[in-house]
Amino acid sequence: MTSSLRLRAGLVSIVLLAAFLGIWHLATRSTGTAATMSPEYAKLMGLTATQGKSAMPGPLDVGTKLWEHLKRPFYDNGPNDKGLGIQLGYSIARVGTGYLLAVLVAIPLGFLIGMSPLLSKALDPFIQVLKPISPLAWMPLALYTIKDSSVSAIFVIFICSIWPMLLNTVFGVASVRKEWINVARTLEVGTVRRAFTVILPAAAPTILTGMRISIGIAWLVIVAAEMLVGGTGIGYFVWNEWNNLSITNVIIAILLIGVVGMLLDQILARFTRMVTFPE
Amino acid sequence: MSTFDDPFDSDRNLQAGCVCGQHRSAREHEQAASALRCDPVESEEKRYEGVVASAVMRAMFPQDVARRAFLKSVGASTALAALSQFFPLKTATEVFAQAGAPEKKDLKVGFIPITCATPIIMAAPLGFYAKHGLNVEVVKTAGWAVIRDKTINKEYDAAHMLAPMPIAISLGLGANAIPFAVPAIENINGQGITLAMKHKDKRDPKDWKGMKFAIPFDYSMHNYLLRYYLAEHGLDPDIDVQLRSVPPPEMVANLRADNIDGFLAPDNICQRAIYDGVGFMHILSKEIWDGHPCCSFAASREFITTAPNSFAALTRAIVDATAYASKAENRKQIAEAIAPANYINAPVTVLEQVLTGTYADGLGGVKTDAKRVDFDPFPWQSFAVWMLTQMKRWGQIKGDVDYKAVAEQVYLATDTKKLMTEMGLSPPASAYKSFAVMGKNFDPAKPEDYVASFKIRKSS
Repeated sequence: MTSSLRLRAGLVSIVLLAAFLGIWHLATRSTGTAATMSPEYAKLMGLTATQGKSAMPGPLDVGTKLWEHLKRPFYDNGPNDKGLGIQLGYSIARVGTGYLLAVLVAIPLGFLIGMSPLLSKALDPFIQVLKPISPLAWMPLALYTIKDSSVSAIFVIFICSIWPMLLNTVFGVASVRKEWINVARTLEVGTVRRAFTVILPAAAPTILTGMRISIGIAWLVIVAAEMLVGGTGIGYFVWNEWNNLSITNVIIAILLIGVVGMLLDQILARFTRMVTFPE
Repeated sequence: MSTFDDPFDSDRNLQAGCVCGQHRSAREHEQAASALRCDPVESEEKRYEGVVASAVMRAMFPQDVARRAFLKSVGASTALAALSQFFPLKTATEVFAQAGAPEKKDLKVGFIPITCATPIIMAAPLGFYAKHGLNVEVVKTAGWAVIRDKTINKEYDAAHMLAPMPIAISLGLGANAIPFAVPAIENINGQGITLAMKHKDKRDPKDWKGMKFAIPFDYSMHNYLLRYYLAEHGLDPDIDVQLRSVPPPEMVANLRADNIDGFLAPDNICQRAIYDGVGFMHILSKEIWDGHPCCSFAASREFITTAPNSFAALTRAIVDATAYASKAENRKQIAEAIAPANYINAPVTVLEQVLTGTYADGLGGVKTDAKRVDFDPFPWQSFAVWMLTQMKRWGQIKGDVDYKAVAEQVYLATDTKKLMTEMGLSPPASAYKSFAVMGKNFDPAKPEDYVASFKIRKSS
């Protein structure tokens, strides 16, 4: 039964994709010659002007271009033109660094806050104010004070991924069942040991959920940050191609950003499953 | 016209008087010859060879009469051969071209991907930086504010900036006040007013009331020229139209989406709008002010003082590249060199139309204007004074302005002149010239009167 459901769902997905591509193709067909113009003039004009080609590329254009990129993902033509593989690598490295730093800060801090009602109350207003700030709003400030654009990008990732992790850790730690802690107490388990053997396993699923939200946000933000600062990374690639008004390449980049984002999420989802236990 | 006289020409005078005999001194002759422009000489090697040979000849024959007699008796080619025996002219020329060893060889120069950056960009693929002993990485940057911040942060050693930006930064407008300097103007002309296709019958600016225009940056020639143009036609740019700061690629997209009515943008963007069939060229900025500066090559004072030789070598490379770019026959090659994704990232056809000046106007006609964009590095201080008058006029600066002091501090005409002379180019004698913008004369000696003479301006 489940296998047939899977099969049917897959079929529907394929039909939807085909319909989407078909409509896209039809909608972006060229309309033939747009206007009569002298051949000398036409030579100086682009295809949208001469052949009435749609400003939106069709699926075939995107497919061909994508194939070109996939054939040589790691080429390097100087500082401003690198293969998509290299660009994605830069972005992932930035996200990884900023995210790891956030993990190093958020989880111990979250533990501390979660275990101490006093700290929790005292820090709450700060967290509430800092949490809703758009990560990109930090960018000019970071550039101005850190004075280094790639470190600023990492800082922005750090600052945006810290809050969901912190809040989830606090929540996870604070809502560990009282009975378990009491049992640990009666067995005279020390604070440190209690944190690692009782609270951590119990709070792990919640913490990992926070981490999963964070990685999603970090990946959202890096693209925008790189578009703003330029240099390297997939966000820079989008900006560079937008500058050339090459919608085809922008669509390809969007597609790849989606795929990488999904992979990152899946990795964290797998970790979450690993630490979750049935009660 | 070369400053360099052939030292092996017996009729030439190396000391005083002038070559053509019509002026009292060589200086006066130069002044007349290079009245408005500094034209590059044929080949750089020849030029440097000339400089070195001149110096050697001058050293060997302090008395001009003796030199003449010597040349007359043996002939120029023999003299050259004889001289080369004793003095390795070729080596000396190479050494000269390198000048002082740069303190820092690996440099980063930021640029914005528009044709204004042509000399900065092409100097990399065409080897001008390497020729002057530098290893320069040209880094594409996402916008004017970012290029400003990265240059202030010292991520870049020098950068492509809009001509008024170094003035604005030095004055602390829209940034911390940090002394910046301009050793060379990147390009002159090279912008245009592009309008949406639906306005093709509205060619009189008087009909533009209520329209929305885009400009790339507040402290830009684009802003000042568009405001000037509108005001000359009786429109107050702060009241009658809307001016928006928009990044260039978004200008084309917004024009297509019918969100703006037109823009005054740097080139390849204007031509791109035409190429894509979404706009037409109303006028070139050249028609507002022929020979106006557009972008500049800028560095912080700090960089100049800590690495003077690197800075001089950079300036030499830029001046060299500018000289090369100013020649019409090189423009096609340049268009191809700067079109790839690593540099401007635009169709070659578009760049070729901008650089060669034979372009589709968007209305079905092909126009030709070889000076649509041009390259002339000399940083006229009167340009800076004009920009200051416009900053004052539109309320960007308030109170008393010491026009001359600011212009001289930011636009390094004296240093550039010295450098250009060493390179065998003929820079103009004075750093000030008067010029006309839309037929109205500008006298750099009387900036306050100029500001006061405009009927439309922000009341301060």
